[in-house]
Amino acid sequence: MYAQMIKSEATQDDPEKLAAFQARIDAGEKIEPKDWMPEGYRKTLIRQIGQHAHSEIVGQLPEGNWITRAPTLERKAILLAKVQDEAGHGLYLYCAAETLGVSRDEITEMLLDGRMKYSSIFNYPTLNWADIGAVGWLVDGAAIMNQVPLQRTSFGPYSRAMIRICKEESFHQRQGYDAIRKMAEGTPEQKKMAQDALNRLWYPSLMMFGPSDKDSVHSAQSMAWKIKMNTNDELRQKFVDQTVPQAEYLGLTIPDPDLKWNEERGHYDYTDPDWSEFFEVIKGNGPCNVDRLAARNKAWDDGAWVRDGLLAHAKKKAARQHAAE
Amino acid sequence: MAREDAFFQFLLRMGDNTLILGHRVSEWCGHAPVLEEDIALANTALDLIGQTQMWLGLAGEVQGMGKSADDIAFLRDAWDFRNVLLCEVPNGDFGRTLMRQFLFDAWHSIQLGRLMKSSDERVAAIAEKASKEVAYHLERSADTVVGLGDGTEESHRRMQEALDYLWPYVGEMFQSDEADAEMVKAGIAPDPASLREEYDALISRILGDATLTIPESRFAQKGGRTGAMHTEHLGHLLTQMQWLQRAYPGAKW
Repeated sequence: MYAQMIKSEATQDDPEKLAAFQARIDAGEKIEPKDWMPEGYRKTLIRQIGQHAHSEIVGQLPEGNWITRAPTLERKAILLAKVQDEAGHGLYLYCAAETLGVSRDEITEMLLDGRMKYSSIFNYPTLNWADIGAVGWLVDGAAIMNQVPLQRTSFGPYSRAMIRICKEESFHQRQGYDAIRKMAEGTPEQKKMAQDALNRLWYPSLMMFGPSDKDSVHSAQSMAWKIKMNTNDELRQKFVDQTVPQAEYLGLTIPDPDLKWNEERGHYDYTDPDWSEFFEVIKGNGPCNVDRLAARNKAWDDGAWVRDGLLAHAKKKAARQHAAE
Repeated sequence: MAREDAFFQFLLRMGDNTLILGHRVSEWCGHAPVLEEDIALANTALDLIGQTQMWLGLAGEVQGMGKSADDIAFLRDAWDFRNVLLCEVPNGDFGRTLMRQFLFDAWHSIQLGRLMKSSDERVAAIAEKASKEVAYHLERSADTVVGLGDGTEESHRRMQEALDYLWPYVGEMFQSDEADAEMVKAGIAPDPASLREEYDALISRILGDATLTIPESRFAQKGGRTGAMHTEHLGHLLTQMQWLQRAYPGAKW
């Protein structure tokens, strides 16, 4: 998931074309890059896919934070494989966005100068080894909740990227749960790490679904276009319902004293995250926003000579080939 | 030197090279110049850590003291590490990281090719699996060294600086001692010195394409593969890598 508060663009197109477009979507057809589409649909998708791609890229940082300290060779290998997958997801998604007419460099620059966002979750730190388990279990778990329905999204390239991504994400979630299970079943210190990770990451994970439906102003158009498949609250409830029994199995306590099963609704009642905190994080005031963006900017700036060098070489090579022909 | 001791030393040398270099490469995670490089660096590190599991796993078996690959990786002090110094030098800029990778991959690919014919089937099997991965590492690091060496003025300058900095660490890969002599006698591994000619031919070709100049000096820093004198950098690397295992002894992760 990793798309939050995507502002949907108002669209001012020919009503007949719009109606025909909506009819295709309602009939379950896929929209392909060369098909006519409303400008608002295109722009909203760029924003959503771009935010998702950026999240995969920035998401390497909190996990990369533990690669060099992973406690066993196997855990190190699994974490490397996972981070590699995530960079790969970023790549498919940037490619999907490119089919909408925006280059990877353009949207990368929009991330770097703050015009585009990434998921709020990656502005929280990973402080102990159990966080790596918790990121897989909770963060990837929340992401899957949103991405599974997006496999049916109306835009063809996005839907196909999601199908590929979902396969890998479910492996990520399983390895995360396995890693935190080892901790929860381990020494008292390891249990403490697992509980500490859950305490810190529970509410930020709930925030991943975006604001409450009553405050979510952009949903209706996106849902009609099938680029958003469920409301924020529906997905959040599903996530809570799935995760509570898993936490119980682990012997960990979800940091919500009011959490309880509601027989009548057939769901858990839970406490909403502190939305003022969420809006602060979105504005740039989360615990890691500044450092995350600085790290990405540094990587981009320090890498300029590499990109320029490789490009210059490719041009020379092409020129030499051309001259030889 | 007893055959088993020499074999153990040899396996540590293989496994510590991949462990320490894998660690260094993994430090790039999320900081590479372009997304494809983030993926490639993570992939290279992953291969190297996978190879470490095999080499150090076999080392534990040969040592016969019931130690796992993890015990060997996480519970030795710096003086027991047997990687060449080249693997432990800090990443520097992307150019130095890729130059180090190329200088190592070139040796690694030749070494694994010889080890595929080892008299020890377990060594031959690990070499066979690793050589496929390393063929790709070499292709990629060589292409990048050529691309950046023959790129812009700045990229050329940085790659020449990287080569000049790393060159004194190359010779150690070809130094032989009595453990090596024992391995040659047993038909388990080649004499390191015997790889040099093929190595020089390979790197001369690639570095020539990269328009880079190989330094004339043959002076070699040494002390890594014998453990006699590592660089100051290894201790810092180990404090990070071994921290959890050291701070919480006996925990299962």
